[in-house]
Amino acid sequence: MSPQSPRAFQGPSVDRRIMLKGLLGAAGVAALPTLAACSSSSSKSSSSSTGGAASGTVSLGSNASDAVPKKAFQAVYDAFQAKNPSIKVQVNTKDHDTFQEQINSYLQATPDDVFTWFAGYRMQFFAAKGLSNKINDVWDTIGNNFPQSVHDLSKGQDGNYYFVPIYYYPWAVFYRKSVFAAHNYTVPTDWNGFISLCEKMKADGLNPIAFADADKWPAMGTFDQLNMRINGYQFHMDLMHGKAAWTDAKVKAVFDHWTQILPYHQPGYIGRKWQDAAQSLLQKKSGMYLLGTFVAQQFTNPDDLADLDFFAFPAIDPQWGQDSIEAPVDGFMLSKNPKNRAAAAKLLEFIGSADGEGAYLKVDNSYDALVTGYDTSGYNAIQKKSAQLFASAQHVSQFMDRDANPAFTSTVMQPQLQAYLQNPGSIGSILSGIEQQKQSIYNS
Amino acid sequence: MTVGTSADAVETGRAADLPRAPGRLRRLTGRDRTVLTLMTGVPTALMVVFVWVPALASILLSFTSWDGIGVDSIKWIGLRNYQQIFTIYPSFWPAVEHNVLWLVVLAAIPTPFGLFLAYQLDKKIRFSRFYQGAFFLPVMVSSAVIGFVWELIYNPDHGLINSLFHTNNPNGTYLDWVGNPKLNIWAVLVAASWRHAGYMMILYLAGLKSVDPSLKDAAAVDGANEWQAFRHVVFPALRPINVVVAVVTVIEALRAFDIVYVFNKGEHGTELLSILITQNIIGEASRIGYGSALAVILLVVSLAAIIPYLIVTFRKERST
Amino acid sequence: MTATALASDTARPSGAHPVSGKRRARPARIVLHVFLAVSALAWLVPMLWAIYTSLRPYSETQSKGYLSLPSTLNFQNYIDAWNQSGMPHYFWNTVMIAVPAVILTLLLSSFVAFTVTQYNLKINLLLLMIFTAGNLLPQQVIITPLYRLYLLIGLPSGLSDSGKMYDTIFGLVVIHVAFQSGFCTFVLSNYMKTIPTGLREAAVVDGATVWQIYSRIILPLLKPAVAALATLLSIWIYNDFFWAIVLISDGNKMPITSALANLSGTFFTNDNLVAAGALLTAVPTLLVYFLLQRQFVSGLTLGAEKG
Repeated sequence: MSPQSPRAFQGPSVDRRIMLKGLLGAAGVAALPTLAACSSSSSKSSSSSTGGAASGTVSLGSNASDAVPKKAFQAVYDAFQAKNPSIKVQVNTKDHDTFQEQINSYLQATPDDVFTWFAGYRMQFFAAKGLSNKINDVWDTIGNNFPQSVHDLSKGQDGNYYFVPIYYYPWAVFYRKSVFAAHNYTVPTDWNGFISLCEKMKADGLNPIAFADADKWPAMGTFDQLNMRINGYQFHMDLMHGKAAWTDAKVKAVFDHWTQILPYHQPGYIGRKWQDAAQSLLQKKSGMYLLGTFVAQQFTNPDDLADLDFFAFPAIDPQWGQDSIEAPVDGFMLSKNPKNRAAAAKLLEFIGSADGEGAYLKVDNSYDALVTGYDTSGYNAIQKKSAQLFASAQHVSQFMDRDANPAFTSTVMQPQLQAYLQNPGSIGSILSGIEQQKQSIYNS
Repeated sequence: MTVGTSADAVETGRAADLPRAPGRLRRLTGRDRTVLTLMTGVPTALMVVFVWVPALASILLSFTSWDGIGVDSIKWIGLRNYQQIFTIYPSFWPAVEHNVLWLVVLAAIPTPFGLFLAYQLDKKIRFSRFYQGAFFLPVMVSSAVIGFVWELIYNPDHGLINSLFHTNNPNGTYLDWVGNPKLNIWAVLVAASWRHAGYMMILYLAGLKSVDPSLKDAAAVDGANEWQAFRHVVFPALRPINVVVAVVTVIEALRAFDIVYVFNKGEHGTELLSILITQNIIGEASRIGYGSALAVILLVVSLAAIIPYLIVTFRKERST
Repeated sequence: MTATALASDTARPSGAHPVSGKRRARPARIVLHVFLAVSALAWLVPMLWAIYTSLRPYSETQSKGYLSLPSTLNFQNYIDAWNQSGMPHYFWNTVMIAVPAVILTLLLSSFVAFTVTQYNLKINLLLLMIFTAGNLLPQQVIITPLYRLYLLIGLPSGLSDSGKMYDTIFGLVVIHVAFQSGFCTFVLSNYMKTIPTGLREAAVVDGATVWQIYSRIILPLLKPAVAALATLLSIWIYNDFFWAIVLISDGNKMPITSALANLSGTFFTNDNLVAAGALLTAVPTLLVYFLLQRQFVSGLTLGAEKG
């Protein structure tokens, strides 16, 4: 079908005009060196802007509105500015939700030079849409700092680099050591062990698995773990990318396993916020909780935090074992027409270094660094264990809402997973409904 | 629709006035006509350019598939969005149902209650201003605040209701006000009614101010026949305000969005059309064509509900 | 609409005894007061509960539960919310948006209402339709094309950093005016219909211009309705967050509602702190209402005027 644009938008020429205007605007306000940087960015190949002397102001759009991350990111920018006195980082912070809600309109209009974002399809989507600038030159400098898995996470579908990571946080099954010790529980490594542990916990009057899905994303985390354990990483990614069918028997098997452990989940999960589920773990009313390491932020008392531990989701199919983990990576991207590309590249290079990641983690110890050989002596127990888990994994997924088409996850998967949770028996019709809608979204 | 046409229309309207017409442009000087054209033209232009043109563009977009990025990715797909909405979009019919329920509830409970409050508070009783303030309070605070305040009430684990009645035991009695689709729509309707009643009270208070005081006294004094007096004296006098109230209630019901969005993002039992539109249009998940088709459906329903009523009202008022 | 017309209505029903009887309404009044007091308290419960929550430290409610007697009550959450959310700055942004928007909306709507009620034009019905039906459109219906439009419309550099209507306070004012003028026009024309035409006709005979009729005769009569609408508009515009999500990209230009969003963390939310922040954001509209309450309620004469 040939593309037809409604008259109101006057066809594609508008885009060019906006771009031109943006360039002219940049020329108007910026000094000569900036103009040179600007023209280099608009040329096809991003010539090495890193060698030259970068100076001036870099604008940066940030979603870090929470107090601690905000302070931690500021520490990164401060450290960068101390190293590069001629460059000033100008931060534009918006609250997390607003930032996400307006990302499309923001990136198409007058975005900052650099912006915070997430790895995975979510990043590749904007790269493919031309809303972000490739940064192969930055990776020429920082490439040696990272293992291959991180290189792969930072590339667009066209093989170019678009992303500089700053930290990751794995998903795993959390528990309190004191609770496991009191009841003589052992960490399960396979499905049967997991089921019998749930049985024991139930008999001991605990909710075996704390759960809450009012926020709509936690159920995706459970699905991801089960799918990777049952069908392996590759099938999971195919499913996320719309290549595999949701009506495949393999997907049905995931839900069958889920239905098997659903009775062990803390009841009333549909309307519960994850924070309240975390509280039930904290209060020793629940035995385990599958979540990201950020759950530790609910453990405000240091003694409770010291009692918190986790294990990798148990193996189901021995073919895959525990070879995959889910570890969302956050980081930075370059917008399509940065006003000061040279300075922005310098900033990204700094972020992708041990100094940059370290500046962040010194303030916020909720996450782990991605830099190879990062000095982990300052890590707490959770961070250290996260690093082990990450190092042992052969495959790293991001999260359903980062690995799949965002339109699909938010308008189809979130409500449909909740429909499943409300009525597990109707999974057959739910899956065919998902597949129909998936085709409508991925093929449009 | 442009500024030009509306200005022309003012000009041509000049010749068409009736003998009994309230205003006769024939008497107007050229300068008067320019002033009148500007006074009408500027607001109309604003309205047309910033509200109607985008609305019409949305109608066009509803026949396309578009991720909202660039304009060359717009694909014309005819009626496919509509067809899919009616057939395979599981949230659509529940949303329609909830919007209708919303309208019925607002019209049946808080609206009459607001009228009742206004009627009582208009009697110059003591503490009237305190009562008015209390009932109007929910109208004054933002939806974000309302959503949050009710979250403190309804939270299944530590909210006020479940804590009071010990219905927060997940393994025993557990009233999931947020998640249970049989409960949550009613929970948000309580919050919506809480706000709507105050709004209606203020509108009716305004309407009652224009009813002749001696009639109201007559109605108030005669206790035994108060209901009849109200029905036959006061209520008919409120006809103009009833138009406003009806329009406002329909708008509120069809546009209902904010409380639910803040409460539980409109999922599992509280789907509403405006929420579905937002989910499809705002954020990364841009299915602009799909969301626009939903918007057009909402628009058609709104217009179908209001236009005939307006025509009748305006015609009637003109002929009197 | 006149008193006589209403009186003739009362003659119709057989059972109505308009003016009869003594004031034996005393017990009824007491019942009424009890009813109103109980209802009003019930109406206040959600807010009172939020206030109670906001006065307690997070650590205490975590250990004792929210439904418990307090051992500490203080304003620490308010101080923290004020400091963490950047509230004064966002509040000032909202003032810059709301004040011009309210004034312009009322002015422009009164123009249209004036025309359609005082002059018999063929397009009156069409105009009323355009405005009234425009008032029905949900914000979501127009937001995507509006965003494109805002990127296309240029503004002089004094009003916009980027030269576009996008990401400007001015742009927010414009859409508030356009979007709210539907309701205001509807209400004002409803109100103006009741102004006797004799007043205007006398002025015409005296040779008054259209502008004089509007500004010297009609506008003064509109004062009560304008006052009431101004209160409602202030509340709505102050509380709106939707337009800014799509039309503003600079965090520093966001309206007050985003101060609240800044307080609820992604991974850790302190409900007590958010409650304090929520109540703080509500204070300005409450102040406006209580300061203007007398004028607001007595001025709210949206319906028919006595002839």
